[in-house]
Amino acid sequence: MSAGPQSAAIMQVDDLHMAFKRPRSTFDRLTGKPMRIVHALNGVSFQVARGETLGIVGESGCGKSTLARCLVRLYEPLAGRIRYDGLDVLKLQGKARREYNRRVQMVFQDPYGSLNPRMTVRQTLAEAISFHRLREGTAVAARVSELLGLVRLPNDAADRYPHEFSGGQRQRIGIARALAVEPDCLIADELVSALDVSVQAQIINLLLELQQKLHLTVLFIAHDLRLIRHISHRVAVMYLGSIVELAETETLFNSPAHPYTEALLKAAPELDPARRSVIDAVRGELPSPLALPVGCPFHPRCPYAMDRCRGERPVLRPRGEKHEAACHLHDGALASAARTGEELAALARQRSSA
Amino acid sequence: MNGAPQMPEPLLSVRGLRVAFGTPRHELVAVDGVDFDVRRGEVLGLAGESGSGKSLTLRAILRLVKPPARISGQVLWRGRDVQRMTEPEVRGVRGGEIAIIFQEPMSALNPVLTVGAQILENLEEHTDLDAAARQARAIELLDLVGIPAAGSRIDDYPHQFSGGMRQRAMIAIALASNPKLLLADEPTTALDVTIQDQILKLILRLRRDLNMSMVLVTHDLGVIAQTCDRLAVMYAGRVVEAGPVADIFAQPRHAYTLGLLNSVPRGGALRQPLSSIAGQPPLLSDRLTGCAFAPRCPFVVPECGAGKPPLTSIAPMHDTACLQHRKVGQR
Repeated sequence: MSAGPQSAAIMQVDDLHMAFKRPRSTFDRLTGKPMRIVHALNGVSFQVARGETLGIVGESGCGKSTLARCLVRLYEPLAGRIRYDGLDVLKLQGKARREYNRRVQMVFQDPYGSLNPRMTVRQTLAEAISFHRLREGTAVAARVSELLGLVRLPNDAADRYPHEFSGGQRQRIGIARALAVEPDCLIADELVSALDVSVQAQIINLLLELQQKLHLTVLFIAHDLRLIRHISHRVAVMYLGSIVELAETETLFNSPAHPYTEALLKAAPELDPARRSVIDAVRGELPSPLALPVGCPFHPRCPYAMDRCRGERPVLRPRGEKHEAACHLHDGALASAARTGEELAALARQRSSA
Repeated sequence: MNGAPQMPEPLLSVRGLRVAFGTPRHELVAVDGVDFDVRRGEVLGLAGESGSGKSLTLRAILRLVKPPARISGQVLWRGRDVQRMTEPEVRGVRGGEIAIIFQEPMSALNPVLTVGAQILENLEEHTDLDAAARQARAIELLDLVGIPAAGSRIDDYPHQFSGGMRQRAMIAIALASNPKLLLADEPTTALDVTIQDQILKLILRLRRDLNMSMVLVTHDLGVIAQTCDRLAVMYAGRVVEAGPVADIFAQPRHAYTLGLLNSVPRGGALRQPLSSIAGQPPLLSDRLTGCAFAPRCPFVVPECGAGKPPLTSIAPMHDTACLQHRKVGQR
């Protein structure tokens, strides 16, 4: 089942920025308090290869869902570029944009919130098929039963309403709805987080099988490290709107280069009762995205923080083969071997302006 | 902190606990004859999926389940049956000797009272301290649960706290009465993994320092593995397996426990199909005569449909309600 991804990037994201204005209360407005801005994405860059599963992991507020919504243009990013199979996604208009939205489909965490409760499964699926004119006449009904078969739902599910299904079944309907328009990329935002563990496994197996069968590229966004590790070829770790580390799955889990990744792995409760620790994996809490720390966003919680971390924001740099991390700690070690600090700073400026 | 303490006398003893809804003719039984003991100083995990009755069991212990729900069975707390106590007697135990914390601190805390006021309230009800001593104790408690600058945060309202801090505040309120048993209902489920780690370790530290017993309800087997001494697995309102955590994780003896443990992805075998459990848990309205897990069970034999298998002892302190436990154990 491990169809290795081909090397060519199908999606390329460069320096994506997104911020939200926080609504002010009348009181704030009258007292002249300034508008507050939540910085949700601060320069996110990555690539996804065709047929690959890229896992995106992070805690709440790290920007992973905002990223997903920017990728399908549910949000318009403030700055940056998204390229998909040669297209400049953020410039697409009209028909071309609809076509992009057909090819890149999103599956949401809560299928009950994303399915229309007044439409039967058949109506939901048929609407998607007809909108994109993928089938006509009687072929629509045939396609609906084909889709239900694909996600292993019985044929009589077609004429029932979303509320008649269990959580796992609804998530299958959500996947069928996404697949109805024959996409080549799925963005799964916390696909199984709301499900019980035994049902989670069913949906994960279905996703793996469908990816193989339909040659899908998958962005799997989740907070569960065990799931991410199981399903992803490569993993990006996000913290406060930035990717702090990006590597092939086993590299990331076995030799994390960023202190935040290390803390996250240590904090995840292990399934082995014989291996317990009594020391906190990381101190402190997530800073408010309204007031991001200067320098490295992780420095207030980082056990290795140095002066440089409090002033200068680290950028993603290669750490080895197909492994990048944004941390001064390793930069320092590398720099002392080859370059002076000044040269390095110049290089950093060059990189960040490029 | 490893291994259950060898105290023969249980602190809390639950026997035949049953919670039913609906009318007597169309009864929906959510908790169906649950038995377990909590010994002094131990952490008992109550695991199961949604709808298995684990939270309801916890609430029923303190009679927090209100009519029309009907509770029956025995809850022996230090020799006295909580179910037969008068309402004032229950109030003395609830929030006093037995404290409870919930999943959603925001809905469990009173939003219009300061955190300090909510701790003081509990101190006033359950301790003999005077006003000045109570104030000092409240600050001490906030400090104990790791809230920085406790003296200045005591007058904050719950909404001024982050999710992790709210859970810490709720623990501080629970500890105010010096409880001997702490019931925790999914205390870290709403929290991020790094904060979950901090809260779990805090709870374990407090358990050790204050010599408390605990019942921890969770759906997360990782949390069980990291914090509990013993484990009771629930399915469809019944305890299907109970025993020391290390034993059950090493060799589960109920088909459901085995399926549950196998459903969780572990390192290795990447991108391979996970062994999931087919089908769905039964609905409360499904009237099952035999083992509730039989329709989903890969080990099923005809006898499984003949009546609900009782929880029977198969090893010291290890019970299972599975007719096929030998076969399951060999897997």
